[in-house]
Formats: sequence, C-alpha cells, structure tokens
Amino acid sequence: MIIARLAWASLMNRWLTSLLTIIAIALSIILLLGVEKVRVGSKAGFLNTISGTDLIVGARAGDVQLLLYSVFRIGNATNNISMETLRDIERRPEVKWLVPISLGDSHRGFRVMGTSSTYFDHYRYRRNTMLKFEQGKPFDDLFEAVIGADVAERLNYRVGSKIVVAHGAGKISFGADHSDKPFVVAGILAATGTPVDRTVHVSLEAIEAIHVGWDGGSAPRGDQIRSEEEVRAMQLEPKVVTAAYIGLKSKIGVFSLQSFINQYKQEPVTAILPGVAFAQLWSLVGTAETALMVISLMVVFTAFFGMVISILGSLNERRREMAILRAIGARPFQVFILFVVEATVLAVVGIALGTGILYVIVLVTWPILEQATGLYLGLSWPGTQEIIYLLIILASGIIAGIIPAIRAYSLSLSDGLSIRL
Amino acid sequence: MAIKSDPVIKLQNIAFSYEQRKDSFSLDLDHLELAKGEKLFLAGASGSGKSTLLGLICGTLVPQKGEIHILGTEISALSSSARDRIRADHFGIIFQMFNLLPYLSILDNVLLPLSFSKSRKAAVEKKSGNSTAEAHRLLSALGVDVKQFGHQKTSDLSVGQQQRVAAARAFIGFPEIIIADEPTSSLDEGRQAKFMQLLFEEAEKTGASLIMVSHDNRLAKRFDRVLALEDLCRISPEAVAP
Repeated sequence: MIIARLAWASLMNRWLTSLLTIIAIALSIILLLGVEKVRVGSKAGFLNTISGTDLIVGARAGDVQLLLYSVFRIGNATNNISMETLRDIERRPEVKWLVPISLGDSHRGFRVMGTSSTYFDHYRYRRNTMLKFEQGKPFDDLFEAVIGADVAERLNYRVGSKIVVAHGAGKISFGADHSDKPFVVAGILAATGTPVDRTVHVSLEAIEAIHVGWDGGSAPRGDQIRSEEEVRAMQLEPKVVTAAYIGLKSKIGVFSLQSFINQYKQEPVTAILPGVAFAQLWSLVGTAETALMVISLMVVFTAFFGMVISILGSLNERRREMAILRAIGARPFQVFILFVVEATVLAVVGIALGTGILYVIVLVTWPILEQATGLYLGLSWPGTQEIIYLLIILASGIIAGIIPAIRAYSLSLSDGLSIRL
Repeated sequence: MAIKSDPVIKLQNIAFSYEQRKDSFSLDLDHLELAKGEKLFLAGASGSGKSTLLGLICGTLVPQKGEIHILGTEISALSSSARDRIRADHFGIIFQMFNLLPYLSILDNVLLPLSFSKSRKAAVEKKSGNSTAEAHRLLSALGVDVKQFGHQKTSDLSVGQQQRVAAARAFIGFPEIIIADEPTSSLDEGRQAKFMQLLFEEAEKTGASLIMVSHDNRLAKRFDRVLALEDLCRISPEAVAP
C-alpha cells in the first residue's frame, strides 16, 4: 500500500515526464485500437455487402473475379451469360428466385446496372436488410432509373432528374454516349454503405434499348440510329446478361445447384457462394490489414520503449531516494516493486486514456464515417479481440517496467545505505 | 549514560570484503559494543571504512567472518529481508544530506518509517494515540515550524531545516538505535551546535543509543565515548575505502 502511494507521489512529482509518457502510450493505443476497429468494421461491412443471396452465377471465371464485378462493380466480366442458360437454371427445383444483372455502361463514373425490378425485393445487405427507397419508387418505364444514395448526393439528383448513360465504364466518355436516350430518375435508394450506393439501376430492357444499333461496339450512325419511339416498339427481351443472383428455397440445395451450374454443358458458367468468395477476397486484402496491425503494434512497443528509457534515465538521480528507502527499512524487493508499480500506473493510465479517447472519437465520428465511407464502426463494448490486445499490451507494459526495476533492485542492493551521486 | 544491560550493538571478530568487487578492500574489526542509551562518536574521514562499518551495523552488508548482534539478535545470521525488518523496526538513520524524499510532504517524510514498521507504528499509537500528533511533536521539538512547513514539499526547506526533519523521521516510533552519518557537515557552525543539542535532547528523551560518525572532532564533546575509526578497524588497502 505504501509502495503504491510512493509510486503515485513519485510519478506526480515528475508529472511532465509522466504525462508525456502517458500521452505517448495513449496515442499508440488509439492507433492500435483504431486500426482494429476499422479492420473489424470494414471486414463486417465487406462481408455484409450482400446477404440473402445463396449463389452468384456468371461466365466462367475465378471466384474472386466474379464476385468483384457482380457485387463490387470492379473490373469487367470476361464474357456474358445467355438468358437461355439462366432460364435452365431457374427451372431447377432448388431455385426460389433469380435476378439477372447486366453491367457495362456508366453514368459519370458510376456503374449502370440493368436488372429486373425483383432486384429491389431480393437484394439484401448487412444481415438481411432490404433496400429502402429514400424517394420515389422502383423503375417502371423503360427509361426510368433508380439511383444509389452516393450517386444522388454527388451529382445532386432528385426524382425527375434526367441522366445520360455513357457507353463503357470510364469516367469520361469519349463522345460515345447514349445521349439520344436519356433516363429519368424514378427513385433514390437510402444509403447502404455498399456498392449499391454507387450504382444506377435500370431495367434489363433499357440496357437493350440504349444499345440498339450498337452491334459493332461503336455508336450507331445514319440509318442505324433509332428514335425513342422506334425503340419502344421493338422487342427488347435481352439475350445475354452479365451475371445473376440466385436465392434458394433451402440452403441444403446450394452444393447440388452449384455443381449443376459448374458442369453445365451448353455454356461455360461458374456459380460461387458469396461467403466463400468473400473470404478468399478478404484473405487477399488481409495482408494489408496484417501489415497495418504490425505497424501499430510496433508503435505501441515504441511507446513502451520510451517509457523504459524515461524510467531508466531517472534512475541515477533516484539512487538517493532508493538509499533513503533502504535506510527506512525497505527491502530491495520493495524498491523493485516501486518501479514496477510506477511503470504499471503509466501503462494502465495510458491504455485507459487511449481507449477512452478512441471511444469518444468513434462516438463522434461513426455516423459521419458511415455516411461518407460506408464503414460501419458501431459503438460497442471492446470485443474479445480488443480486450486480449489490451491485456497483452498491459502485460508488455509491466514487463517493460521490470527492466528498469531490475536495475533499481541491483543498484539498491549494491548501494545499500550509501548515497552515490 | 551507559546503563548496565545487554549491549544494543555488538560486533565480534569481523572480517569483511566486497565479494562482488574486484578491488582488494577489506575491513577487520575485533570488537565493538554499544550499551543502551550510550552515545558513541566515531571519528574518521571518508576513506576510513565508515560506510562499510555503518552498512554492517545497519544490516545492508554481511561480514564473511564474525558476528553482529543487534538487541541480542545475531543479524549476521539472518536473511536479508529479516535484516531489513530489524533496520525498519529498530534504527533511525540520518544521512549527511538529501535525507528526504522530494515528492512527499514534510509530514509524510517524517511518517514514512511507520509504514515500513508495524512495531514502530504500534509504539507511536500507544504513546501519542495518533501518528500525526507524534510527528508534530517531534518536528516542534526539533525546531521545525509544522504549521508553516508541514504540508510543503521538502525542496522548499533550507538544508538546516531538512536535517531537522530527517532527525524527526529517525526518531519517530522510538527506535533503539540512531545512526547519524555526518549529519551536520552541510550546516554552518551555529546551526551545527543547535542541531547537536536537539539530537541529544531527543535521544535522551527516548533513551535511544546514538552512533555518530564525523571527521569534525569539535562535535565529540558531549558523547559518552569517542573512538577513532582507524583505531577501531583495520582496512586495507588504506584510504581506498568506498
């Protein structure tokens, strides 16, 4: 008890050094826990990008690639998949619903996705959350579009705004656009923190419609150009799409359907389980997160190193203090404990302060962060992982404190009562 | 005055050298006894084995040969923590200077030994009922204005005041043995005399034995016995003591 009081008084006496040491530890803790929070948050957000979909089917490709373009709208499909194949799949008894999607065009940097209106019923994210309409309703007419929250905010669109779809996925269109067939915004989706926010949704038929006459891949010229009225009169049933989301009646059917699709003879197609592909993709991204974690751990150890240096540095001027304590009857072991307690107090206060500040930061910024980046941090009590980290850090702090304490012990043993300065 | 009873301190046939050090320093002492209430003046400059002898008496050093008895207990046969306990319970030690913990108040510095010794705390509570009251009494007796200084940091005190606080700390809890290692060497002559007087008064009041080491023989006057360190113990090589 007296040792704890002495340690506290001694730390208070050197309050500036103590404060700086505590701040260094607190900052390192903020960094470490911040990285951990972002890691957990981004992983959870990532894994929850799509839920309720049991299989994703597309042209034969790697699992990750298929996931990237079908869910994240990153990259392009190597090939399309025919509607015939999809209809074959849809007829399978396991299938409850199938939503085809068609990608390839863009609107001012945002991907345009053709899909059926059932998409809005079946697409789920973050533990089975349905898409909600902030304004308006699903597309109904051929030239109506539903835009994600980011699209609406960035481009300042409202229900009723007119948009022109560019051909291809680039941010800048090189004159090749579908300006002859503008769309009207019919609905705006609420923010989800998923790629849906950055997507312009139109009907599959609309994708066909704007590409009438584009058979060669370049803009139609002269007599190839069809007016809106002409297009409306045409048969716009799509023959090919990019991919499809599939929901099953029961999860049990997932592997049989997957093997049916993967062994489908008429066309090379691939079906992936989103969860498995997400895990694969995350293991790629995970290297960066491990690096980040290692760096922040190193920062924590640097902070403790600073603490050890500051205590060791004070040791010589404290030999007098140690001799006084010995004269009063303190055992060398009590001197040792005094130094360990001082280091422990610094570590505990630093860790507590850092954790507290981080939670305040999260509390203040998470709604903004979620809005801006879709990163869902969430204000929860420290998870098991975080508590384990904190305990390991606390233990390392105490172990670090043992280094100067051992030195103090041996000094107080050899100095005894003589004060050497 | 020396009272006829068992000696408070008894050293017999001591041979000591620092085992962990490479130098060949050694100290030999045939016999030294201190009676209850006796005041012994050890004359000697630094380099005459002073620190080593005090270390042996206080139990931070152990002789290779010989016996050291403190209040009838052979401390040279005890474990180091048992020796530390003996020191906590029965010794009051005053250094030359820098006696106080800079981060404690004056009052807390005086009270500090009571936290390390249950028997001293019990003795104080039995006599004064309250440790703080006893600390106040000691400080006043030693000429420290408690009202003015009691809760201040020790760094605000003059050296003379600091030594008086150190003396108050040495005496708290009525230890049987007071060791003073050149306690007045940082004081001017007027303050030296005053300090010595207070030291004697308090030692007589509590019946404590006193060993004071100093190179200043003028201070030896009132002691019961004066010994020269070089007569008391042989050290080799000479004048290379720590």
